[in-house]
Amino acid sequence: MFKKVLVANRGEIAVRVIRACREMGILSVAVYSDVDRASLHVRKADEAYHIGPAPAPESYLNISKILDVAKHSNAEAIHPGYGFLSENAKFAQACADAGIKFIGPSAAAMEMMGSKTRARQEMEKAGVPFVPGSVRGMQSRVEAERIAEEIGYPVMLKAAAGGGGKGMRLVNSKEELRPALDAAQSEAQRSFGDAEVYLEKAIVNPRHIEVQVLADEYGNTVYLGERECSIQRRHQKVLEESPSPIVGPEMRQKMGEVAVRVAKAAGYANAGTVEFLVDAQKNFYFLEMNTRLQVEHPVTELVTGWDLVHLQIRIANGERLPFTQQDVRLRGHAMECRIYAEDPDNNYFPSPGKITLLLAPSGPGIRRDSGMYEGWTVPVDYDPLLAKLIGYGENRDQTISRLVRALNEYFVGGIKTNISLFQRILDDEEFRAGKFDTGYLDRLLRSEAKRTKNNQADIAALAAGLFAMLDADSPLQGDEGGSVHAVSRTDSAFSGWKKTARIESLR
Amino acid sequence: MIYEILIDGRKFHLDLRREVKDSERWRCQLNGHELHVNGVLARPNILSILIDGKAFEVKRERIGSDLHLWVGSERYAAVLRDPRSFRSRRQTTDSLGGAKSLLAPMPGKVVRVLLNERDTVESGQGIVVVEAMKMQNEIKSPKRGIVRKLAVTQGDAVNAGDVLAIVE
Repeated sequence: MFKKVLVANRGEIAVRVIRACREMGILSVAVYSDVDRASLHVRKADEAYHIGPAPAPESYLNISKILDVAKHSNAEAIHPGYGFLSENAKFAQACADAGIKFIGPSAAAMEMMGSKTRARQEMEKAGVPFVPGSVRGMQSRVEAERIAEEIGYPVMLKAAAGGGGKGMRLVNSKEELRPALDAAQSEAQRSFGDAEVYLEKAIVNPRHIEVQVLADEYGNTVYLGERECSIQRRHQKVLEESPSPIVGPEMRQKMGEVAVRVAKAAGYANAGTVEFLVDAQKNFYFLEMNTRLQVEHPVTELVTGWDLVHLQIRIANGERLPFTQQDVRLRGHAMECRIYAEDPDNNYFPSPGKITLLLAPSGPGIRRDSGMYEGWTVPVDYDPLLAKLIGYGENRDQTISRLVRALNEYFVGGIKTNISLFQRILDDEEFRAGKFDTGYLDRLLRSEAKRTKNNQADIAALAAGLFAMLDADSPLQGDEGGSVHAVSRTDSAFSGWKKTARIESLR
Repeated sequence: MIYEILIDGRKFHLDLRREVKDSERWRCQLNGHELHVNGVLARPNILSILIDGKAFEVKRERIGSDLHLWVGSERYAAVLRDPRSFRSRRQTTDSLGGAKSLLAPMPGKVVRVLLNERDTVESGQGIVVVEAMKMQNEIKSPKRGIVRKLAVTQGDAVNAGDVLAIVE
């Protein structure tokens, strides 16, 4: 087994991998940028090295810098996590050239799957079902308009090198195509260093369901059930669960077998995910293969009982899969809430800043994979994912009630988070009935929020006084830190009071 | 101790005294109602309150200049004042009259400026694109009018609440 593994990532996933290393008796090496010196992954690792300034291209995407650290620290393998370099075939190849094991598939398999247009060509040969669309990237606006006419609006624009919704645009008409194309190309260039985009027929109100596959380096490939990922905003997954409320044993087997075929056609090794779009008639279409560990891998771990990161490391170490397809049994139900630093009252804009108070849930059926801690400042430079709260129970209902309970225990003060969004989703009848698609969350957010605020203003008033007497160190009036943005304030009585309070605290 | 408190804009008058010295029991007059309350600070920013055996946990949070108290998972805006140190209640008026400021909703970087000063702008039309945490967000005009001032240029770093532009 490896003695030392470098984790080329940050945040909760770096912590997740470092924990697996610790459990397996492997030393872990963290890397960090200027703004991540105090981040949790640096605190948890056995060793940590600085790799550059905050912008990712100069640190977490800097291949030569990361390989230098690996060599210098004698790390034998690199785990890339998700995002950053995890699906970068050049990086996988550079690791191989440097004699360092990349914990993931080969560069060749990544290259095939990494370009969605090429993946599509290969998979069509293997008889995998597809949504109609352009098989390669578009050379011009004229070509884009022609293809869109052919397959019919609405169409979806996607970055060839993309993932996670970046560079993706829904286009309803010819008029919308040009600006959407410009925006998608610019975002693709910015996010992936590759502006290539392609077009697909948009399936209206589909579900997004994916299958976890696992393959060793000897061609043994299994599927580990599906994950329902239809709860999305801006094409970013927000909540995932396994099993899917609409997938039965027969459909699971069919999707699983296609997923295994996809992996085998690519000569795939290690953990990967095959994503499908599912229409109202439960037809499923291959969407893409993610050649890495997914953010939502814990829900699969909970229902299968297998630790995917342990298995990734063992496969990379040259071991055979320790089980066959017949050994895979799903038990119970798991659901994950992605806790983002976002402001629910401000259209879910990112909300970085200092975490002044953190109360974290625990108890039966609750798993929390987190990269934050009280006193830590969430940097503005990276993805706003703070933590994942995962519930597990005998069945879907119990899992939901455990998550609702845990969300009520969860408190992140000082920054805004989307915790309240999950309380709203989990309370929604349609969601509870398992009736949703990828458009569900946008529809829910457009509908009027139920105003269930109990009138506890008197308790708050009492607390205000008690705080002033018991905890004057951090006075309620606050110190005069930030500037005032009175322009948008309409409640003049309120701001008058506030102004008075500020003057008082300045005296 | 006597406090004047605003909770979500509603006014409360609170007279708060310990029943005996160092006791966790308090005798309160809240808007004239007498209450017996057991209250302890569980840790900084977290209060445990018992009223007739009913338990409440209250958390205190400050973001920028806003203060909030959370009773369970409900959030209340709070302002507290000790009337003895009261000085003035001067109202501020918007010195810009009909002008509206476009504020940065989060810290980030200006990646594009879509209009020029003196351009006419429709309500809802994008003026500036700010990127934060890998998301590009178009900041849209709150009203129809003319771009009176552009306070930022491409590449500028901005903080939450910074003025990006003024539309009149």
